[in-house]
Amino acid sequence: MAAGRNDIRTYRGFGTVTYLCLFILYAPLIVVAVYSFNASRSITIWEGVSLAWYRDVFTGPESAKFKQAAINSFSIAAIAATLSTMIALSAATALVRGGRFGLRTLSFGLISLPLMVPEIVTAVATLIFFSAIGFTRGYLTILAAHIAFCIPFAYMPISARMQGIEESYEQAAMDLYATRGQAFRRVLLPMMMPGIVSGFLLAFIISLDDFIITNFVKGAGVETLPTAIFGAVKQGIRPNIMAISTMLLAVSILMVTISYFVSKSDDAR
Amino acid sequence: MAGGGGTGGGVSASTYAGLRYWLLLPSWLVLGFIVLAPVGVMLIYSFLTKEFRGGVIWEFTLDAYDQFFFDRGLFGDEPPKIEWTYILIFWRSIWQAGAATLLALVIGFPTAYFIATRPERVRPIWVFLITIPYWVNLLIRTVSMKFLLRDQGPLNDFLIWTGLIDTPIHVINTDVAVQIGLFYSYLPFMVLPIYAAVERYDFALSEAAADLYATKWVALRRVLLPSVRPGVIAGCILVYVPSLGAFLAPDLLGGAKNFMIGSLIEEQFKGNAGNWPFGAAASMILLTMVMIILLLFARQQARAEREG
Repeated sequence: MAAGRNDIRTYRGFGTVTYLCLFILYAPLIVVAVYSFNASRSITIWEGVSLAWYRDVFTGPESAKFKQAAINSFSIAAIAATLSTMIALSAATALVRGGRFGLRTLSFGLISLPLMVPEIVTAVATLIFFSAIGFTRGYLTILAAHIAFCIPFAYMPISARMQGIEESYEQAAMDLYATRGQAFRRVLLPMMMPGIVSGFLLAFIISLDDFIITNFVKGAGVETLPTAIFGAVKQGIRPNIMAISTMLLAVSILMVTISYFVSKSDDAR
Repeated sequence: MAGGGGTGGGVSASTYAGLRYWLLLPSWLVLGFIVLAPVGVMLIYSFLTKEFRGGVIWEFTLDAYDQFFFDRGLFGDEPPKIEWTYILIFWRSIWQAGAATLLALVIGFPTAYFIATRPERVRPIWVFLITIPYWVNLLIRTVSMKFLLRDQGPLNDFLIWTGLIDTPIHVINTDVAVQIGLFYSYLPFMVLPIYAAVERYDFALSEAAADLYATKWVALRRVLLPSVRPGVIAGCILVYVPSLGAFLAPDLLGGAKNFMIGSLIEEQFKGNAGNWPFGAAASMILLTMVMIILLLFARQQARAEREG
C-alpha cells in the first residue's frame, strides 16, 4: 500500500470519474424518487414530504387504469418468465450436455437473436407478422412476444451455471442405476437452482420493463405499466407518474438484488 | 451413453445427446415463429404496395426503397433526385449514437479500469452497483432524465442556486439532450466488457514497460490499451448498436425536431404516416447496418483471439 500514488496501476482522476459515473447513473432515479414524495401538485416546487401521490395512484381518478395495467404487466411477466425459463433450461441442457453436433452453433445463434436484432426491428417484425397471419393484437400477442425475447436473458445464467457443474455428478448417479430422467431431476436440477432462479428473475424484469415491443404489439385498449406511463408522460410528467415509476423502480432493484445474492450464495460453496 | 462415466474427462459433456433435438425444439419453435419468421415477413412487406391507413396490398414493388432514396416529385413523374430527408435522419442517428458512445467511453473506461484494479473481494459489489441501473426500466430512466434536465428542473435549479449560471440552460429538445439520454441509457454496457478485459490483463506487462522508462500514461496507451482493445470495442458496440435504433431517448428528450431512425420507423406504424412497407424498408436498412457492424465486430474479435 505504501506504493500508493506512484503505483503503476493507479491513475489520478480515475477514481473521481468512477464516483462521477455512479452519480450520473443514480442521480436521476433518486431525484424522481424524492420528488414522488412531494406534497405539491406542481412538479417544480417542493412543499414537504407526503404520501399523497402514492394514495392517488391507488385511489385517485386514474387508479382503475393503473390497476388493470399492473395486473397485465405482472401476469404477463410471470407467465413469460416461467415459460421462457423452462424453454431456456431445456435448450441449455441440449447445448451444454448434448455433445457436439451440427446445429449447435445455429441454435445458439437463434437463442441470441433477440439480443442482436434492434428492439424496434423486432417490434416491427412481430407486429407485421401477427397482422399477416390475422392474429388480433392484444394480451396474447404481448405474451407471445415477451416469451420470445425473454429466452436469451433466462438462458445466460442457466447455461453459465450448467457449465460450472461437472457432468461426473450425473454420471455417478447413473452408474448407481439412476435413469437419465432421475439423474436430471434429482442431481442436476437441485444444483441448477441458483441459475434457474436468477434466469427467471432476469426474464421477469425484462418482461416487466419492456416498452418498445409491447407498444407495437399491444393493440388498442390493452395497456401494461410502461405503456400506461408513456401515454401519461406524453401529456407531461405528473407527480402520480413519479410515484408509480418509483414503485416499479423499487420492484426491479429488489429483484436484481435477490438474483445477485442467489447467484452469489452458490459461489461461496 | 453407456460407459460414458469413466471416459468423460471433460472432453465433451453428452449425457443428453440422444434427446438434444427434442430439448431444442421449444426454443426453435418460439424463436423461429416469433423472431425469425417475422423478420422474413417484414422483408417481404418492404416490397409490397402500401395501403392507406396502415396495412399492405399484395403487389410487388420497390416503392418503399425508392421513396427512401429518391424524390420523384409530388406525382412521381419528375426525374429522380436524391431524397435527403431520410438519409439525413439516418445520418443524424449515426452521428448521435457515435457522440453518445464517445461520451460513454470517456466516463466508462476510467470507471472500468478503476473497478478492475480494486481488491478482488470488493469488485463484484462495484460491478453490481454499475449493473443495477441497467435493470431499471429504460422508460423510467429516460423520463427521469427528462425531469432532471427540464428548464425548471432540479439540475438547472441547483446550478442557479450555486450561482454558476443566472438563467436556466436550455437542454431539453436539443441534440445534446438526446446524446445525454443515449449515453445514460447504455453506460453500463460500456463499463462491463472493458472491466472484464482489464481484469484479465497482466499488470506485469505495465511494470516491464515502466522498468524500460515508459511513463505511466505511455504504458497505458502503448501497452495496456492494445491488450484490452477487444473489450473496449465490445463496449462501444454494445452502446452504439442500441443507440442507433433507439426510440425513447429521441422521442422523450429530443422533441419533434430531433428525429432518429427509431422515431421514423415508429411513425410508420403508430403515428400518422401509416406507411407499413416504408417502415418495413427502413427497419430492413437499420437491421442490415447493425448486422454489418456485428459481422465486422465478430471478425475483429476472432482475429484478436488468433493473435492471442
